[in-house]
Amino acid sequence: MISILKTIWYVFLHTFQKRITVQYPEEKPYLAPRYRGRIILSRDPDGGERCVACYLCAVACPVSCIALQATEDEHGRRYPEFFRINFSRCIYCGYCEEACPTYAIQLTPDFEMGEFHRQNLVYEKDDLLINGPGKYPGYNFWRVAGVQIGGKDKGQAEHEAAPVDVHSLLP
Amino acid sequence: MSMEVTVATVHVDGKSYQMNAEENLLHGCLSAGLNLPYFCWHPALGSVGACRQCAVKQFKDEQDTHGKIVMACMTPAAEGTRIAIHDPETVAFRAAIIEGLMLNHPHDCPVCDEGGECHLQDMTVMTGHDYRRYEFDKRTFRNQNLGPLVNHEMNRCIQCYRCVRYYREYAGGRDLNAFALRNTVFFGREADGVLENEFSGNLVEICPTGVFTDKTLKRHYTRKWDQQFAPSICVHCGLGCNTDVGEHSGTVRRILNRYNHDVNGYFLCDRGRFGYEFVNSDHRIREPLFKGKVVSADTASRQLRDTLTFGKAIGIGSPRASLESNFALRTLVGPERFYSGVADSEAKLVALAIDMLRHGPMRTPTLHEVEACDAVFVLGEDVTNVAPRMALALRQSVRQQPIEIAKALKIPLWMDHGVRDAIQDKKGPLYLATPYATRLDEIATATFHAAPDEIARLGFAVAHALDPQAPSRGDFPLAGEIARALTHARKPLVIAGPSCNSEAIMQAAANVAMAAGAQLMFTAPECNAVGAILMGSNPLSAAFQAVADGEADTLIILENDLYRRAPRADVDALLHATAHVIVLDHLVNPTSEQAELVLPSGTFAESDGTYISCEGRAQRFFQVFVPPIPIQASWRWLGQGAWERLDEVLTAMATALPHLAPARDAAPPATFRMTGAKVPRSPHRSSGRTAVLANINVSEPKPPDDPDSPLAFSMEGASTHPPGALIPFVWSPGWNSIQATNTYQQEIGGPLHGGDPGVRMFESAPSNDQSYFSSIPSAFEQREGEWLLVPMYYIFGSDELSLSAPGIAELATTPHVAVNADDFTEGEEVDVHCGGSTFRVPVCIRPDLPRGVAGLPAGVPPIAGLGLPAWGMIVRIP
Repeated sequence: MISILKTIWYVFLHTFQKRITVQYPEEKPYLAPRYRGRIILSRDPDGGERCVACYLCAVACPVSCIALQATEDEHGRRYPEFFRINFSRCIYCGYCEEACPTYAIQLTPDFEMGEFHRQNLVYEKDDLLINGPGKYPGYNFWRVAGVQIGGKDKGQAEHEAAPVDVHSLLP
Repeated sequence: MSMEVTVATVHVDGKSYQMNAEENLLHGCLSAGLNLPYFCWHPALGSVGACRQCAVKQFKDEQDTHGKIVMACMTPAAEGTRIAIHDPETVAFRAAIIEGLMLNHPHDCPVCDEGGECHLQDMTVMTGHDYRRYEFDKRTFRNQNLGPLVNHEMNRCIQCYRCVRYYREYAGGRDLNAFALRNTVFFGREADGVLENEFSGNLVEICPTGVFTDKTLKRHYTRKWDQQFAPSICVHCGLGCNTDVGEHSGTVRRILNRYNHDVNGYFLCDRGRFGYEFVNSDHRIREPLFKGKVVSADTASRQLRDTLTFGKAIGIGSPRASLESNFALRTLVGPERFYSGVADSEAKLVALAIDMLRHGPMRTPTLHEVEACDAVFVLGEDVTNVAPRMALALRQSVRQQPIEIAKALKIPLWMDHGVRDAIQDKKGPLYLATPYATRLDEIATATFHAAPDEIARLGFAVAHALDPQAPSRGDFPLAGEIARALTHARKPLVIAGPSCNSEAIMQAAANVAMAAGAQLMFTAPECNAVGAILMGSNPLSAAFQAVADGEADTLIILENDLYRRAPRADVDALLHATAHVIVLDHLVNPTSEQAELVLPSGTFAESDGTYISCEGRAQRFFQVFVPPIPIQASWRWLGQGAWERLDEVLTAMATALPHLAPARDAAPPATFRMTGAKVPRSPHRSSGRTAVLANINVSEPKPPDDPDSPLAFSMEGASTHPPGALIPFVWSPGWNSIQATNTYQQEIGGPLHGGDPGVRMFESAPSNDQSYFSSIPSAFEQREGEWLLVPMYYIFGSDELSLSAPGIAELATTPHVAVNADDFTEGEEVDVHCGGSTFRVPVCIRPDLPRGVAGLPAGVPPIAGLGLPAWGMIVRIP
């Protein structure tokens, strides 16, 4: 009997405490920039696709919900021919972002992805690719990689010497 | 690698191991399963001590605590050797070495095709080098275009020299070399251009990093971990090299070498490695066609059944279809109505070869044993172009006699540069008697270029010089020399085959082998030619006759383009006279185009079956992936529901044809399990499984079952190393690259755990009354106004299937006629008349051809099917 009265008393006291319920969706919650929500593909500062189709996100994914196919443009720049994320399987663990060597794949503070049909949760590259560098401005993988692509010849990457003249025997 | 090996006890980090005393410490440590990083060493190439990566600390005795750092690959595994791998000083030394090697290595892994199966990545992880301290400029190189097969990305090089050692010293190539000096050493050609050597594709596996990569894979790139693999057998010649085939999303992505100690060892030829792309060709037959219209699989099956019920059917088998498919056709039409798929003359020669090897006194060696033969006589075969991998073995065989010099000097045989310095340019005896100059001429002791009959006469003369009882006609100065070389050899070998279409050459070869007590090896024209002949059938000409006589109105042609087997006019007449032509094949060809009913049959990558190689080795190939519905194995189409599993076909075959029963044991049956599970086809890191088909349907389909084999279409299954016949890919913890092969061998470079795959169908059973063949042809005589047209073989062009692979097609030879005559000019167009057909081709001047003999590229349309050699006319266009 006493314990019931005690409980009622505590419930009564709670009426005077500060409310923490958020009036979602009228009121949006604060999400940190590092929040792990909807996945996007970003572009490098020059506007080119950052993804180089290395398959590391796909292999890091614990639920195997990322599939892609690598291809190359005529100048040797590699990019995904298609890039597909099945968000109905995604667990938003962020391993893909950790694995990405080019900062292409990033998780964003957006979780509003509810759909009535699972099929609508399959996102293709068109749905994923954004028009900016996302959380990591400035980085361009091709500036530090050794392969030659359109607009960047051998020896023009950062910390690269001019190509060796193999016919020279000068010491 | 057997009992004769002397064993030494070597103490590593305080533990005792038994190692092969004739080998070095690196070989011993890796054989013992110890992880010791290395780069420049390769089991097939030996030690040079160039990279300094395999450093270990060696101690004088038990009391010695100081020790000294030595290179494991350069130190013999002598009895009582004490070494430490995990000594702190050595660990630091190895870390410093790899840091040095990595100074200029670019930041390429994400866009490098080697990534995920890179020996350099593995070794970097193994040594613990995880942070780059070097902040200065990296050296760069310009790449070269090395042709359609191999890609070059020179920035990634760590200067281990494996590529040039393999390419120049092992494979005999000349156009790849090291250029420049110090930290700018460059590996490539003098200028851009196609790599000339027929074994250039092995650079992809030899290179420990991504300098040389597979250009055909690059066009449809997928990481190793995402490919679905299955063990397979190469279909592009009769040697039966073992391969692993990688597939993703319904397309075959590449071929990797599958180690088989007895057969191909570590290497494949370029036709075998890059010919696979025909599987993805646009010319594939992917739907059943009835009178040119696409029909469903059920309709096609019913049509096949109806035609068989109401018609008088005969079947034509195929030397490139599996034993099972040939057997299914034989069962469907009945043995007496089953006909051979090769021209009579060729069938006769293959049958002769099989007969000699089964009942003659001569044993046929394995391809691995060819490497150990120390005197070789080749009759009539252009080995490099007919059975390419055998040419690579012959390039090792010429080292066998000179190696005695190194042995006398007590240089261990693994000490590669020591051995090479000791033997210099000396070559053991290799005699080539061929109609025209071949790529092996450069290492031959002597060559003899003559018409096929003359080659046979030389063979008979050699046999006579060895044993006066052997018959001979004519006098050949070279015969005595060859006979002496074969007599003085420990392991002489004679190689012949059906390439020249000459029974006399093969009989001469048998005489030589009998007289010299040599081993005898025959090449086979196609991947299952030996199997198809062993099965037994009526000759092909009888099929033509049966149709002409009205005994048959329905013709079932199994994986065979008849225009490659008989003259055009004859095949036209045959197909025209037959009321119902049913063709099962992979690719559209002139025969399938005229068929009433075309059934899409699975290639080697889409079906299971057994091939018998020229050695008589039955080997199983397994389905790599499940093709779209109508495509299925020919034996399934022809079985008409009689068999549900491959094992049922094999059991039925063993009952019907008991001499083929051993073929059943070429691989474990479908019920085989390891730790209660099937062998997975995909690596355990296979990715994208819940997304790759999500665009079609978000609910993932169930993985397909495989009733035919102990392999699963899955990444799940047994996690231990499977037996040799079932190795879909090689992988071991810490070893992601092809170098993981080390962990599948009993001893490095030795047989696989559980024995090498394949069953030899026959061993020689000598009978005492062996007598010499005595039908010696008369001397070749030139004819006025006529030429003896002989087939000239091309590694790229003579094989039917690989011609549909874009990379190979780009390098393939084009129709031409080769002559050695002053009255023609190079490139001039002429009309060649032969066997009733005429075609216009350009002239190619070949001074190596004998006078009166002209060459036509074998197997190249429209020349295929002529039945060469034959007399013909070459007429100038007025």
